[in-house]
Amino acid sequence: MSDILTVRNLSARIAGQQVVEDVSFDVAATGVTALLGRNGVGKTSTIKGILGLIERRGEVTLFGEHGDGERIDRQRTHRIVQRGIGYVPEDREVFAKLTVAENLRLAERDPSPRREFVAGLFPDLVERAGQLAGTLSGGQQQMVSLARALLNDNRLLLVDEPTKGLAPIIVGEVAAALAEAAKTVPVLLVEQNLQVVRQLADDVVVIAGGRVVHTGIATEFLDDESLIRRFLGVHTEQEATS
Amino acid sequence: MKRVREVLAMPVVKWLLAGVLVGFLAILPLLALNIPGVLPGPTYTPGTLQLLAFSMLIAALALSYHLIFGVAGLLSFGHTLYFAIGAYGLGIALRHFGLELLPAIVLTFIAGLFVAAAVGALSLRVTGISFAMVTLAFAQAGSVLIRKNPGQLTGGDEGLTLDTTHVPDFLVGVLQTKNLYWLCLAILVIVFLVTSWFERSRAGHVVAATRENELRVRVIGIRPYFVKLLTFAIGGVLATVVGMTYLLLQSSATQKLASADFTLTLLVIVVLGGVGYRWGAVIGGVVYTLLDQRLTAFASSDAVSALPDILRIPLSQPLFILGTLFILVVLFLPGGIAGVASRIAKGRTRANDPRDVLEELG
Amino acid sequence: MSTVILLLITGLGLGALYFLVASGLSLIYGLMGVLNFAHGSFLTLGAFAGWELARRLGADNWGTFVASLVLGAVVGAAFAAATEFFLIRKLYERHIEQVLVTVGLALASVALFDGIWGVDPIFVTGPAWLDGTTDVLGASIPNNRFILILAAIVVLLGIVAFLKYTRFGLIIRAGVENRSMVTALGIDVRRAFTVVFAIGGAAAGFGGVLAASYYGYVSPTIGGSLLIFAFIVTVIGGLGSLSGAAIASAIVAVLQQFANYYLGGTGDFVVVLLLAAVLLVKPSGLLGSKA
Repeated sequence: MSDILTVRNLSARIAGQQVVEDVSFDVAATGVTALLGRNGVGKTSTIKGILGLIERRGEVTLFGEHGDGERIDRQRTHRIVQRGIGYVPEDREVFAKLTVAENLRLAERDPSPRREFVAGLFPDLVERAGQLAGTLSGGQQQMVSLARALLNDNRLLLVDEPTKGLAPIIVGEVAAALAEAAKTVPVLLVEQNLQVVRQLADDVVVIAGGRVVHTGIATEFLDDESLIRRFLGVHTEQEATS
Repeated sequence: MKRVREVLAMPVVKWLLAGVLVGFLAILPLLALNIPGVLPGPTYTPGTLQLLAFSMLIAALALSYHLIFGVAGLLSFGHTLYFAIGAYGLGIALRHFGLELLPAIVLTFIAGLFVAAAVGALSLRVTGISFAMVTLAFAQAGSVLIRKNPGQLTGGDEGLTLDTTHVPDFLVGVLQTKNLYWLCLAILVIVFLVTSWFERSRAGHVVAATRENELRVRVIGIRPYFVKLLTFAIGGVLATVVGMTYLLLQSSATQKLASADFTLTLLVIVVLGGVGYRWGAVIGGVVYTLLDQRLTAFASSDAVSALPDILRIPLSQPLFILGTLFILVVLFLPGGIAGVASRIAKGRTRANDPRDVLEELG
Repeated sequence: MSTVILLLITGLGLGALYFLVASGLSLIYGLMGVLNFAHGSFLTLGAFAGWELARRLGADNWGTFVASLVLGAVVGAAFAAATEFFLIRKLYERHIEQVLVTVGLALASVALFDGIWGVDPIFVTGPAWLDGTTDVLGASIPNNRFILILAAIVVLLGIVAFLKYTRFGLIIRAGVENRSMVTALGIDVRRAFTVVFAIGGAAAGFGGVLAASYYGYVSPTIGGSLLIFAFIVTVIGGLGSLSGAAIASAIVAVLQQFANYYLGGTGDFVVVLLLAAVLLVKPSGLLGSKA
């Protein structure tokens, strides 16, 4: 199986504090790879490190269609993104004082952005094009954030906790949109909701204490309660929902 | 070489070296050292002593600013206000209130402490750039007050001269310059010791920790506001003490002392010397003052006036050269003079980039 | 009544000057976190450039006046863009050092102006109409006040339109809110930095020519003295907020005029008190979102 992204010995710091230590893993060229771990183990920092949003060291290679790799660990963020990466940050980070339409227009990178595709996926956003993004609900903001990443023909999506703080019914919508997107573009997904992980992910990478402690097939991991308890510190889905 | 470095790094040796340096400075008025290009004449002449004394006062003032900016990480743009309070306060107390020297000093000290505490209490309610702006605004208000000359107290644009009626004879007149020189040296030593003591005290540690991580300090149950205020007030009142000495040395105070430009100069001095280094502030103060004086002499020299306009105009402006030098230091020598010296002294093993030290202040 | 109108319109004229400086300061701070102490020098250089042009072309005609304004804006923009490109950019994300560099530039440039044009004020003249007065409800208002107010409004509308209708404007507005997210959308936000500096420098240089007309002279310190009040205006209005800067400019300058007239020349104090009061009640300023 070929990979779209390989991460080798990635370390990252925030304000001088080590938050990611020597992390290595691969993201498959198709489907969804889930990055799992307890709160505060450095999942978000790993994503930010890949994007160069925080100070980082290590090798990050992005592969093209023909298996040709390009090191992106010394490049600046906007260059990395221009290589074809869509980013859906934790907490959505929409521009609150810009309208929905302006948020989307800002994100358009390709000469012919996929406006119809996005409009079909999120009809709500078309209706609210003139509304300030700060006045949207959490779920609607998440859709703006996803739409920004899906407007361009990306080679990889980095999606950080897309269902965090959303009502259950919205979680389903977001997951469906992600599933739709994942048909055409590989995704590296950080997600706490294991049901969503089960629904979307093919592979898992588990981080604990800033290091990778487990990699494997998603279903095998999710079916192994002892692994889940050990690495995620949560109970099985039945117990968690009861 | 490594042995030498280790020995030099021992605290006892450091203090011993400092003692020798102070002792050497103390006997300078009795010597006839001449460093052409750096000093205007031999060290026993009043002109040279005056310049050296002045540079030590600026060094002491820079040290007091080091407490606020370098240790507490507070970017104050109003520090010279307290210096001006010292100079003008003492001047007014002697001339208009007719006080003896000692009560005048005590009164001025209290005034400086009061204003620093009050301004600090208000401006510390905001942080970062807003803090810088409020302190700048208060200093500006002080500067305006001095220019407006309320009740003929400050002398407005004319400035205020020292009324020597109640000043002991050994501190008055050109012939007594060496006494004033010793006084300035003593003030510098005192300010240095107070600064060292404060940095080593519990409050000093807490305020330094606050600079790096305010949240962590809050968590252990200390309100950073009070230690910051304490630091601000101590830094302010030290500046007042230096200001009083300035009046005795220069015999006059002008409204330039409270100007925004002077505060910016102070900032330049501390950064030039090296932010976060006590010695840096001292060296920065001395180097800046001597440079300024020598550049002014250089600017009016025949060599410069003979140059074509394109070279003559910039070279005839000391502040242009100092400003440019300052920009180059910020761009290429983070850590200033003391930072470079410390990197050489410790070899190339310095773990933390001095730029990080500076950036923590943001 | 006529005094009140005179003070009000004069205050608004002065406020217009504050705004021309503060608008750039506020945008630059909002986008980049840089407090620009060299901004006064952009204004001063614009003022001198306008004067140099006017004395060559003959000051007493409107063509020269307009040409001076344009030249002032161009020179201010060029100086500002060069500052960003050669000095600020090298210190990306190091805010304190960026401030320090602008401090150094302010000191060095004012000294250089001293060397070139001398420290004494140079008196300037303009079209005769500017030095005349117009009667408004019984108050004789110096005509240059109207030009100042008009110019500030034009600049305000121009900047607002630029921010609203251009892609750079969109990037700048987004960057003021969340700079790292802009880069995470694949946009080189640094190009916007140069643009913001150029706009701020243009407004300041333009304001320099107008300031010379308002005060009747140019001197190397003309920018520095306006800068302090522009800082105050920027903080009161809310760092990064253009409309906040506009409102605060008017309030501060009008208050200053009234206090100077009715409270015995205490205008500067009242402004400082206002600043202290605003910061204590609402540290983020009138329209600012972040402290």
